[in-house]
Amino acid sequence: MSKPRSLFEKLWDGHIIAGLSSGSALIAIDRIFLHERTGAAALNSLAEAGRKVADPSRVFAVMDHIVDTRPGRSDQTLMPGGQAFITETRAASAAAGITLFDVNDPDQGIVHVISPELGIILPGCTLIAPDSHTCTQGAFGALAWGIGSSEAEHAMATGTVRLSKPKSMRVIFGGKLRTGITAKDMILTLLARYGAAGGKGHAIEFAGEAVTALDMEGRMTLCNMATEFSAMSGFIAPDETTFRYLKGRRYAPVGQNWDKAVACWRHLNSDPDAAFDQEIIINAEEITAMVSWGTSPGQSVGIDGTVPDDAPAAALKYIALQKGETIKHIPIDAAFIGSCTNSRLSDLRRASALLNGKKVAHGIKAICVPGSSQVKRDAEAEGIDQIFRNAGFEWRESGCSMCFYAGGESFAAGSRVISTTNRNFESRQGPGVKTHIASPETVVASAIAGKIADPRELTNG
Amino acid sequence: MAEPFSTLISLPMPLIRNNVDTDQIIPSREMKTTGKTGLAEGLFAGWRYEKIGGRTPAPDFVLNDPKFTNSQIILGGENFGCGSSREHAVWALLEYGFRAVIAPSFAPIFAGNCVRNGILPAVLDAAAIDEIAATKQPLTIDLVAQMIKLSTGEQKSFPIEDEIKTMLLEGLDEIDLSLKLAGDISKWQKNDRAARPWIYLGANI
Ligand code: SF4
Repeated sequence: MSKPRSLFEKLWDGHIIAGLSSGSALIAIDRIFLHERTGAAALNSLAEAGRKVADPSRVFAVMDHIVDTRPGRSDQTLMPGGQAFITETRAASAAAGITLFDVNDPDQGIVHVISPELGIILPGCTLIAPDSHTCTQGAFGALAWGIGSSEAEHAMATGTVRLSKPKSMRVIFGGKLRTGITAKDMILTLLARYGAAGGKGHAIEFAGEAVTALDMEGRMTLCNMATEFSAMSGFIAPDETTFRYLKGRRYAPVGQNWDKAVACWRHLNSDPDAAFDQEIIINAEEITAMVSWGTSPGQSVGIDGTVPDDAPAAALKYIALQKGETIKHIPIDAAFIGSCTNSRLSDLRRASALLNGKKVAHGIKAICVPGSSQVKRDAEAEGIDQIFRNAGFEWRESGCSMCFYAGGESFAAGSRVISTTNRNFESRQGPGVKTHIASPETVVASAIAGKIADPRELTNG
Repeated sequence: MAEPFSTLISLPMPLIRNNVDTDQIIPSREMKTTGKTGLAEGLFAGWRYEKIGGRTPAPDFVLNDPKFTNSQIILGGENFGCGSSREHAVWALLEYGFRAVIAPSFAPIFAGNCVRNGILPAVLDAAAIDEIAATKQPLTIDLVAQMIKLSTGEQKSFPIEDEIKTMLLEGLDEIDLSLKLAGDISKWQKNDRAARPWIYLGANI
């Protein structure tokens, strides 16, 4: 009888081309995604070395990171020098013969939102991108992870990467989530309990009843922040939910190939006795709405909690809070809904359902940035944009926008923002900006209250 | 292709702090171009200049000490190069003129990025690094012999994987190494195309 294998081992074994003398392996790469922040650098450097993209049909690029998200946008961006990233990525993509989703392409959007939307990521795939949140796409039962520019060049030139095998971990969320609690609260709970370095060097399978109960968009939110847990990647075994999501998408297989693919994907799960280097079990019923209080995503706490007594002085100084301070009721200056963590249609639907008929508190700058142009169109067809606008939110074109600061647009210096993003690092959203990360529900409730608020206490009317 | 590395003689610049991260090596706001150049000015910008975004040198920062103007070696602390995977950190070091970092430990992605760009990440224990710093004299790095020779005549050996050593010595990059396996790659793809045709999006490659 063959040895039981984990999902990770199946993905790994399925892509080994050769062992290398250094102890690492040459791993086949099925899909490569670039964005304009790092794409031109990788493509130009490859071309300068006189090399070609081995298989351009499996390399994609998109404009998402520094594109303007204000309505009526062009190549001009608020980032100083930003336009060059756009024009050079466009030229380099054309020269390399790869598919580009350009600024005003109907399929444009944040890389980790559009790749699933278009069925570019598939179960059993290896997908890399020079972007740390590539792990988002592990939600499809794929091995997807972020790499550096030179590794991207290597992958484009050879169709492979050289990689040493990470350790394996399984995180099981048993039981059911309580009403109003989301995938974002699950991953923040993991981070709060085990710290931002808890997954270091590991490839992590998320499993358990509360995980399989999530829709694909929730699964992506969960896997998105595997990198905040310092993991190499995070992934979830594909199932009917996955297949249903993918069927009919542009780059997904069709006809006989679809049937053959699904038959193959059904084997992508951990055998009952598979071994893991580490296992963590969390009872989903204990999870509450989570908010970060500090400057690392691990510095998060339940919404009824307080800033912990062992909070490091540097984090407290930056975030301007005291030990023991209650999280709920901290006044905020701004609210942001967007990013590859929480900007998909289901996120916007849930947020708008809470927001319907209400207004954001006086003086709060509130912004909603759909994760892709498709999400934006779908939301507009449902009237979601009107709910946001009527409530006082700005409604933007899709992109990374104010998830990160690249020298262009940002929140006011030093302001306090409640945000559906994934990183609350110092100055991540602008110089001195204090970020509290939370679910879309919590962001909406807080925007209405003008202070950090529990969405479950939001009354109708 | 990186510049081959064999022997390096230089006065090392001490920057012995633990957890020097890539955002400290080059802050995101200093990554203003799409290429690998134009980054030297942003190297250590947060420490090197008096104000964020400014260009007035901070007198206390070691990089601004004229003694080290031509230094090609950095003496670092534990976990050098941690944080974001941005390769710009290494490009900035290279463009500024650094060819080696000697530290007790490196963040793996950073060390990999160094090697790809012809910078030697050499591991020595913290005590040996302090000893080198105390000499305040140039040292010699002999990669073939894996030796660091101090002005005092003392020698310290450092470990390095064979493959990485070859890459640095020959200025080979990993693409060259992997392309030596082109036969294995195409054989694997041929089999895989039969097993998983949906992965291959091009018509007839
Ligand atoms: S939305 Fe934010 S975290 Fe996601 S890819 Fe864009 S910049 Fe990175």
